[in-house]
Amino acid sequence: MSDQFPEPSFGVEHDSSGGSSLVTGHSSLELPGGSHVTAVHDPFHGDLLEVSMGPHHPSTHGVFRMMVTLDGETIVKLKPVFGYLHRNHEKLGENTTYLSSMPYTDRLDYLNSMTNNWAYALAVEKLAGQPVPERAEYLRVILAELTRLLNHTCLAGFLLQDTGASGTPLMYAFREREKILDLFESLSGSRMMCNYQRFGGCRVDATPEWLAAATQLTDGYNEFLDEYEALITGNEILMARTQDVGVLKPDLAVSAGITGPMLRASGVNYDLRKVDGYGIYPRFEFRIPLGDHGDTYDRYMIRVLEMRESIKILRQALRAIPAGPILDPKAKIRGFRPKPGEAYGRIEGPKGEIGFYLISDGSPNPYRYRVRPPSFINLTILEDMCLGQTIADAVIILGSVDIVLGEVDR
Amino acid sequence: METLEQLRDRLRVRFPGAEISIVTNPGPAAQHSLLVGAPQARDIAFFLRDDPALKLDFCSNVTGVDWPEKEIIETTRTNVPDAAGGPGKIIEQKTRKLLPGCLEVVYHLYSMALKHGPVIVRLRTANRTDGVTLPSFTPVWRAAEFQEREVFDLYGVGFEGHPDLRRILMWDEFKDHPMRKDYVEPDDYEWEPTPHGAVLEKAKKHYPPAAPAVVTGDK
Repeated sequence: MSDQFPEPSFGVEHDSSGGSSLVTGHSSLELPGGSHVTAVHDPFHGDLLEVSMGPHHPSTHGVFRMMVTLDGETIVKLKPVFGYLHRNHEKLGENTTYLSSMPYTDRLDYLNSMTNNWAYALAVEKLAGQPVPERAEYLRVILAELTRLLNHTCLAGFLLQDTGASGTPLMYAFREREKILDLFESLSGSRMMCNYQRFGGCRVDATPEWLAAATQLTDGYNEFLDEYEALITGNEILMARTQDVGVLKPDLAVSAGITGPMLRASGVNYDLRKVDGYGIYPRFEFRIPLGDHGDTYDRYMIRVLEMRESIKILRQALRAIPAGPILDPKAKIRGFRPKPGEAYGRIEGPKGEIGFYLISDGSPNPYRYRVRPPSFINLTILEDMCLGQTIADAVIILGSVDIVLGEVDR
Repeated sequence: METLEQLRDRLRVRFPGAEISIVTNPGPAAQHSLLVGAPQARDIAFFLRDDPALKLDFCSNVTGVDWPEKEIIETTRTNVPDAAGGPGKIIEQKTRKLLPGCLEVVYHLYSMALKHGPVIVRLRTANRTDGVTLPSFTPVWRAAEFQEREVFDLYGVGFEGHPDLRRILMWDEFKDHPMRKDYVEPDDYEWEPTPHGAVLEKAKKHYPPAAPAVVTGDK
């Protein structure tokens, strides 16, 4: 019977002294007795894995994609891909009149429409040599600082959401954000798309009731920050997740044109409110917080400290706001044609330097209309910050860069 | 900070043979700029960054400007004296002249260390068709990396020495450069099936009418 049904032969005869072949680097191993085994591929030094994070991923804050190459969990390459929201904002700006672009600047960084408006108005005022009345300057400062509060509050909430603190911190932040948006709505008619600034002033005047409401909000804001910081700032998990994660060195930050809180978290003292002193900022007393390490935790802390400085500016501005016109009576709204020339105007937006570069050829439309988007340029060093970190850290690092895709893609 | 004229003279001494001139800005902003010839542009950029009196370490804004070919009509008037001694005749002569076009890249430079600026540097390409290469400033300022990619994408300026010159906002298969003044959008661009008059006309032009169905069989 054994001739008909031969014994099944098992090819490998393990030698107890030969050792396991699993973790040796050899591709094949000759065993005593002439049989071969093929070594299992080393699980600790496996292939690189390419992951497409996004464009539809909740941590990317919009339609943003990162082509990440992973070694295990460590990032060895990261290429940001964007343009999914591209609508050629600049071409649209060149095909309409100067004023028609004003509501469209709201849609750049849709959290901070007031500062976008101001940057654009400032550039056009430079181009046309247009003065701005005193009260309008005060209103602009008040609204810009409220916008800074709003943006940084949102960022603190989103950053915590990115670390995995689902819900609660974000809801705390959004509760306060809603109060600021109510103020914007009662002043300009719209929560987010404010379209408030005009060349040579503002569109509508603030009533005494509005100023009282703004003062009340300002007075209560430190209390909210204290509450939020008591929850978050000293939190052990946040520290473990963010400290020494995504370190940005100051020399690289300067070379890469990083601006705003990200730059100052790396310890570079450059704030356009002090450097350019545009508007009436030289009249206010405030300090520029600077970071020591340039890591994600510093970028979070800088925003909290900047909010406290913004509250100081708001208090001074709300106390000192004078009566008077809000729009220069000589300002031309219709038939606005600046003389041929060019101008680059920039302000310190909540995300960094937002600038507009305009060339006029004397026609009602700008010949060249260029936006200098801060969050687009701040993304330049995303790869440098993420290399060597884990993929979970990439989400937090991106969160601390603070991007809005409406501005990145334009 | 020194004036732009002083800076130009200093650059001319430092880089003999380089084309350096000032483009005046007639507007109220009066932000004049330096027009720099392409061959030595990167050396000049390194100089602007490293010179201790300037230290322009922050390249804030990089952008392109399109200047298409422009036809201007020049009128010359010559006074021809009358042979009979009467009043002379004025003969107008109109000549058509074609101003060559170019693509321009504008850099706004500031100094974070010394807190001054801007120094505006302009580079111009030879023409708008085949001579559109300029030296990249990305090796000098990393800030130019994405912005030069954007200028390449939207204007079609090739940057020599850029480490990763790809389209950035448009998709890779896209052919044209949308920010150029003579860009024509494709006629099926965002066509919607809603039959508005103009859209429908466009769609009819784009999609030729279907050939009449061939009837086969006995019927």
